This record gives sequence, C-alpha cells and structure tokens, in this order.
Amino acid sequence: MNKREVVFTVNGETRRVLVEPRRTLADTLREECGLTGTHLGCEHGVCGACTVLVDGQPTRSCLMFGVQAEGASIRTVEGLAAPDGTLNPLQRAFWENHGLQCGYCTPGFLMLATWLLERPTPLDEEELRHVLSSNLCRCTGYQNILAAVRAAARELDRWTESAPA
Amino acid sequence: MNWVGRRLPRTEDPPLLRGEGRYVPDIALGARAVRFLRSPVASGRIVSLRAPAGLPPGALFVTAADMPEARGIRPALRRFEYRAVEQPILPRERVHFMGQPIALIAAESAELAEDLLEQVELEIEAEDPVVGLEAALAPGAPAVHALAPNNVIVEGAIRPDGFADAMAGAVHVVEFAFRSRRQNATPLEGRGGVAEYDRATGRLRLAASCQMPHMLRSGICEVLGLPEADLQVVAPDVGGGFGQKMSLFPEYPALVWLARRYRGRFAWIEDRYENLIASAHSRDQKHILRAGFNAQGQMVALEADILADIGAFSCYPTTCAVEPLMALAEYPGPYKIPSYSVRARGVLTHSCPAAPYRGVSRPVITFGIERLMDRAAAAIGLDPVEIRRRNLHDVFPAKSPTGFTLDEGSYIEALDEAARHLDIPAFREAQAEARRGGRLLGLGLAVFNERTGYGTPAFAARSMEIVPGYEVVDIAMTPTGEVEARIGASPHGQGLRTTLAQIIADRLGIDPLAVRIIHGDTDRTPYGWGTFASRSLVVGGGACQIAADRLAAKLRRGAARLLQCGEEEVVLRDGLAVTGAGASIPLREVARIVHQRSELLADEVGFNLAESGSYDPPGTFSNACHGCIVEVERETGAVRILRYLVVEDAGRIINPMIADGQVRGGVAQGIANALLEEIHYAPDGNCLSATLADYIPPTCAEIPEIEIHHLETISSATLTGAKGLGEGGTIGAPAALCNAISDALAPFGVDIAEFPATPPRILALIRGRRAVWEAA
Repeated sequence: MNKREVVFTVNGETRRVLVEPRRTLADTLREECGLTGTHLGCEHGVCGACTVLVDGQPTRSCLMFGVQAEGASIRTVEGLAAPDGTLNPLQRAFWENHGLQCGYCTPGFLMLATWLLERPTPLDEEELRHVLSSNLCRCTGYQNILAAVRAAARELDRWTESAPA
Repeated sequence: MNWVGRRLPRTEDPPLLRGEGRYVPDIALGARAVRFLRSPVASGRIVSLRAPAGLPPGALFVTAADMPEARGIRPALRRFEYRAVEQPILPRERVHFMGQPIALIAAESAELAEDLLEQVELEIEAEDPVVGLEAALAPGAPAVHALAPNNVIVEGAIRPDGFADAMAGAVHVVEFAFRSRRQNATPLEGRGGVAEYDRATGRLRLAASCQMPHMLRSGICEVLGLPEADLQVVAPDVGGGFGQKMSLFPEYPALVWLARRYRGRFAWIEDRYENLIASAHSRDQKHILRAGFNAQGQMVALEADILADIGAFSCYPTTCAVEPLMALAEYPGPYKIPSYSVRARGVLTHSCPAAPYRGVSRPVITFGIERLMDRAAAAIGLDPVEIRRRNLHDVFPAKSPTGFTLDEGSYIEALDEAARHLDIPAFREAQAEARRGGRLLGLGLAVFNERTGYGTPAFAARSMEIVPGYEVVDIAMTPTGEVEARIGASPHGQGLRTTLAQIIADRLGIDPLAVRIIHGDTDRTPYGWGTFASRSLVVGGGACQIAADRLAAKLRRGAARLLQCGEEEVVLRDGLAVTGAGASIPLREVARIVHQRSELLADEVGFNLAESGSYDPPGTFSNACHGCIVEVERETGAVRILRYLVVEDAGRIINPMIADGQVRGGVAQGIANALLEEIHYAPDGNCLSATLADYIPPTCAEIPEIEIHHLETISSATLTGAKGLGEGGTIGAPAALCNAISDALAPFGVDIAEFPATPPRILALIRGRRAVWEAA
C-alpha cells in the first residue's frame, strides 16, 4: 500500500515519517518513531492505554491515523521525565503512591493526568474520578492511581477540596 | 536496619514511569508479523484450506500440513477418570471452538498479514455445537471429543461413610443451587511472543508475555521435540497475567516452529478480540449445595455437586481439572464441617478452553458457602455473624475434611474485626430508615481462607503429570559487592524485585538497592515454576532467605579470617562485617578479596560467593473477612457500593504498600466478577463478547475506596512468616457483594443465585414482586 509523508512534532522534536494512510497514530509513534512507551490495550478506543496529547488534548492514539497528525504537536510519556531521567512530580507521585503494578496502563494514565493537571481550572475529587474513569487499569483497583494524581495536584497547587460554585 | 515491613517504593517503577519498560510488543519491532486464521464456527470439519492466491514474496502461509513433526498439546493427569484430550497446534480435520487457530500468515507487517488472512480460502462444514453445561450433559448430546462420549473429561467424588446418617440427623436442611458465569482474566496487555533463530549459535529465543518461562520452554520443547538447551524463553515486562498467561497456547509452539524452520524472527501480538474469544476463560460453573445444621446452627453435613464448563480443550500444565477439583477439595474452606460429600465434573463444550484465573474456583466456592451461610442464618433465625462464629475453625492446626492442615489463622478474629468496623447495629437502623423511604440498602460478609504458597506435595496430590511447587534461588555477591539473586518465580506486577530484595537485605545487612533480582529468563535463572497461586513471595521468599543465610555464613567466615577473629563474633550490618570489639570491614572488600585475591581466603570460602537455596513448603492458609454495604436501585437494578472493607491476615507483611496494592487490585477484579464481567455465547457457539464494550471491566467510577485492616498471625508453616495474598481480594468480593445485594433485596423474598449480578438479573428477580411493606 502507498505510503505518505507526514510531519509532526513529538515531545518538541520534529519527525518526518512515511506511513500507510491506514496506520494508526499509536503504531506510527511506536513503529516509525520508536516510541514504545505508548501501549496498545484494545485498539478500539475503550482502555485508554494509548492516550497521548495531540495539540494539548488527550487522544486515543489507536483511534487516530498517523496521517491525521500532520502538523500536530504530540506529547507522549517519553517526554515527561527530565533528559537525565529524573521523574516529574506526577511520575514521582505514581511511584510514591504505588500507582502502578504491571505498568502497562501507566503511560496512558500519566498522559491523561498530565492534561488534567495542566488545565487552568483546579481539580477536585468528582472531576478526578470522572476524567480518570476513561482509562482502564487491571492491576491496582485504581485507588492508588487516584491518590497519586491527588498528591501531584496538591504539590503543583492544582487541587481543590470541592468544585468551584 | 530492618527492611522487612517497610513501605519501600518499588525499584521496578522508574523505567515503567518513563515509558522505558520493555514489553513483548516493544521487542517485536522489525520482526515479521504473524496473524492466525481463526475458526469462524464452534464446531465443524475443515473441507478445504488454501493459501491466498498470489502470496507476496516474503509472506508465508502455514497449516498443519506444513508441520507434521509437531505433536499436539497433551495436558496429563494421572487419574483414571481423566480423558487425555489433545489440542493440536493447528488442526488437520476439525475445529472445536470459535477462535481456534487453524492456519497462520507471516508477512512484513501486521496490516499486510491481516489483508492476506482475508484471502485465505477456508471451507468448513459447520456442525451443531455443544454450547453450555446443560446442552453438554443432555441425554444424547453429541460428544465434543470421542475420548469423552458423555462430555465429562474429568470427575472426582468423595463419599464418606456415615454421610447419610449425618445429614439425616440435621435439624435444618438448607439448599442452594447457583450459577457462576464465564469470565476472561483480561490482562491489559494480551498474549504475544517474538521468536528468533540465532544463526550464530543455532539456538532459538522466545520472548513471551508469560507467567512461567521455564514451563513454557518445557511445553514447547515437548511439542516440537526440541532439546531444552536450544530454546531460551524470556518473560520481559509483562502487562498483567492473573493466571491467563500460565498456560501453553498453540500459538507459541507455532511461532517457535516458524523461527526455526525459516531461520528468522517472527512476532505474534494478539489483539483484544483474540484475547477475549480465544485465550482462556474461567469460572463457568454450576453448583448445587445441600447443608444440614443442628439446632445450634452448626453445620453437620455438606453435600456439593459441582459442574465446570471447561470448554473444548484441557489446559497445560495444570489441566482443566484445576477448576472442578479445586472446588471439590477446598469447599469446606474455613468451616468445621464434620461430614462432606461431593462430586465434581469438568464438562467439555465447544467453547474457548478454561484455564486458571486469579483465585481459580475459590471465588465460586466462597460465593456458594457464604451465600449458603446467609440462607441458613435466615432459616434458623440466627444473625449472619453469629452463624459464622459457630462454624469457623478456632483451634489450630485444624484438619479439613479433605485432609488439609489449616495452620494458625484468625478466622473468628477477622470476622469480629470486620463486624466491629461495619458497626452492624448502626447499619441495621440506617437500613430500616432507608427502607421506610423506599431505598434498598444491604450488608454482606464473606469469610474465607486462602490456600497459598504450597509446594510439591500439594501439587503432587492433584496427580498432575507435571508437578510444580519448589523454588530454587541462586545467589551471589559480585566483586564490587552487589548481590544478584536469580529466581525461578516470574513476577509481572507483583513487585518481587523489591520485596525479595527486602528479605535478602535483612539477612545480609545490606541496602535493598544493592540487591538485583534476576528473573524471567531461562538462560539466567534456575528452573522454577513462575508466578501464580499466591506463591512467589512465600516460596521464592523462603528460598531467598535460605540462600542469603548461606551467603551470610560465607561472608562471616571470610570476614573472620580477615579480621582475625572467630566467625561467631562477626555480625553483618550496614554493608559491613563487624566484630564485637568494633573492628569492621566492608562486605564489598571481602567480596573483592574472595574473587581477586583468592590466595588470602580460598581456604575459608573457596573461589566465589555463590550459594543456592531451595524451598518447598507444604503450604499455608491466609484468611480474611470482607464486608460491604451496597445500595440497590430499584428502578434500574444498579448496585452502588457504599462501603467496602477487608480484614486480611497474611501473616508477616514484607511490604505493606505492595500487600495493600495486591488486596485492592484483587477486590477490583472480584467486584468485576460480582457485578459486571461476563463472556456470552450465542446458541450457535459464537462468542459475543468480542470487545471491551461488550465485556466490561470496571473503571475508577465503579471501584470504591477499599479499607484494609491487617491481622498478622505468624504461623510456623512458612519460613519468613509471610503468607500469600495475591488472590484473596478476588476470592472474597463476589460473595460479600452478592450477600449484600441479597440483604438489600430481602424484603422482596429473593436472593442472588447467579453472578455477575447485573442490573437485568436483579430487575428480573424483583419484577412483579412487592416488598414486604407493600404486600399488605
């Protein structure tokens, strides 16, 4: 099948790749860019393991084609830590709160929570549960994932005990 | 410094958090992609199977005819009632379940392989399938396999003398017949493997998303007739298993065969559809219970008839007997039951084979006995807590009717603790108040014990041809002073790199960060049984302790020579060997001298700091009581969990953070089992649960906060004092929740006898019925 050239940035770096038009963004990131931190759990948009940020929005990269990312700015889990590997506050909170077991769903949750913590409005419990309920984790029972995002939100001064009226 | 008992953050985590984990699909990049042609029907005869016209260069089409040397998978049980049904790698003549692999395509990309799959010419003459337990056991039902004419593949029974008299002496007889529906363990990463032929050495390497690398190697070599030395199996990062990744699936030998035959590198990464319909299912069971109680509410006799739909083939290595015979052996659980009579049958149907899933049959038997206890309490006029108190074991060690030794536990204490935290009297008032407002609240309890950490004798008693159980740990200190421990267990999320390092660090007086746990690689670890059955921390941990103690003795011997003192004067702490007189030497210095100045120490310690430890315990029983409060919405049948708590006794807790994580994750899967997840088959044997929109794992919106309270009974049954707890959460939740739902529905005179208790099932139960307060 014919391949097309696509240009986008991933974690600030320009990527020029050749992909079949039917190749998903997830596969494009993994196979053409070698960024295997983005995982595929269902390939039909339910589990959220493949969540990345596309132009600032959390996106199921299994439901988007690579060619649709032309000109987009993409962020993946590989862009979260400092270049020397130092974890950012959200990653550290997942570590300290045991927010992962097998680690397969973790990149998707991290990217979803990254979006949540970067929004202008502070985060409260209801919004936290509502948004994180879009991704599946099979190991943790979620409690520690919620605790981790709460802890990171507090550290980043993004947490509020109740929703603004 | 004591490391055991501390909430040490896991050493596993930083790479996983940076997206630097290495799972099988990450290793697969650049390999030729393999896709399997799967049977579109549940039962049928293959009439013709032809390659796509114009297979492009480099693409391969493989059927059973191409691999005549491959044997089928032959799980074996040394029991005369077991029918040794064999599963072909690829079938020649017949298909037995929808989704069974029939042929494969290998191509440059997965997309291309899938295009080519659609062009395969397959003609199957479909036959009437046997779908479901009732159809399989109906008189005149067709046989799924000729080896088992009545579709019973395995049967076990215990008929003790005096049972009829015991039952006849009962004052109250309580019956409970119920159905547990089919599930899929659904690890978030599906199955998959990358097989590679190394032309330089002639060896094969398989990286597989598996729980038992050595077992997988043995199984593949048996099927393909390969020497085990020529195959390396690696379990890299594994995205969850929960039992589903224990078994030998036909796809793995096929992959290794391909790599060997074509001297190349091939990857099969299953998609979610394949995982849901064709990996392994579980818990498709039907039980009929009958229990006799005396006037005091003590059970005097229990009779159980157990049926398990095991699908179309037996699983390797455990065999499909694992569900029915575990239910048979462990039904009495934590209760004193003087007389127990049971029959259990595994039944063949044209559906996906069943295999272990976290807890195996224990979520089902715990549902059975705990629902039965609530029914009995109502019939006898006892409180649910009181009837359990009267029946739980309270003197240890106790003997179960099927011959298990129950080591010391806290069965009654856990129950009382749960009841206290739930404040049942206050709840009953709230419940009455809610009922007056038309709201349905309910409280449910589930008490159980969990057999964990069992070694060879326990598995040998199951008459398995392949008997797991022991663990061997090879430990060594390097010349720079780190400790490497090579283990046969194969963690995939359980945090063993951290917990085993905590155990070893305490024995050697070193920092856990100086310990490297090496696992999941048959080239680098001793033969072992992988991670399943809540065993790794108990059995692998015990072996680590033994190995570390031997290494400690060697280090003390060397240090004593260097410090010119008696060996008994040397203590290891803070990375040093220290004498009572205050002299000390760093352990890394001892290690350097052993390896590089061996003329100084060879007489005392030899030429290395390597030791080995093995451990094969009889097994130990953890115990727990789960308690919950739910609200059932009368209009929709929806269940909301208002409170969920676990009182857990798993002996000594090595790392409380990890232990709690196991309990919470287990409860979440138990909640899914109780309320949500169900694999559906159409009457024609078509699996209808093909996406995660049809098969519904819970999200964080459905899983409440789970309170955990620990009791720590240290029994002598394990070396470290730790008992296993990986499965307990999953075991207790269906019973606790369905008891709570039944309590909520009590005013309608109905209770739960089928799970998951989905909204349609709950609505069907109360449809047309009035609550007691409305009946007048």
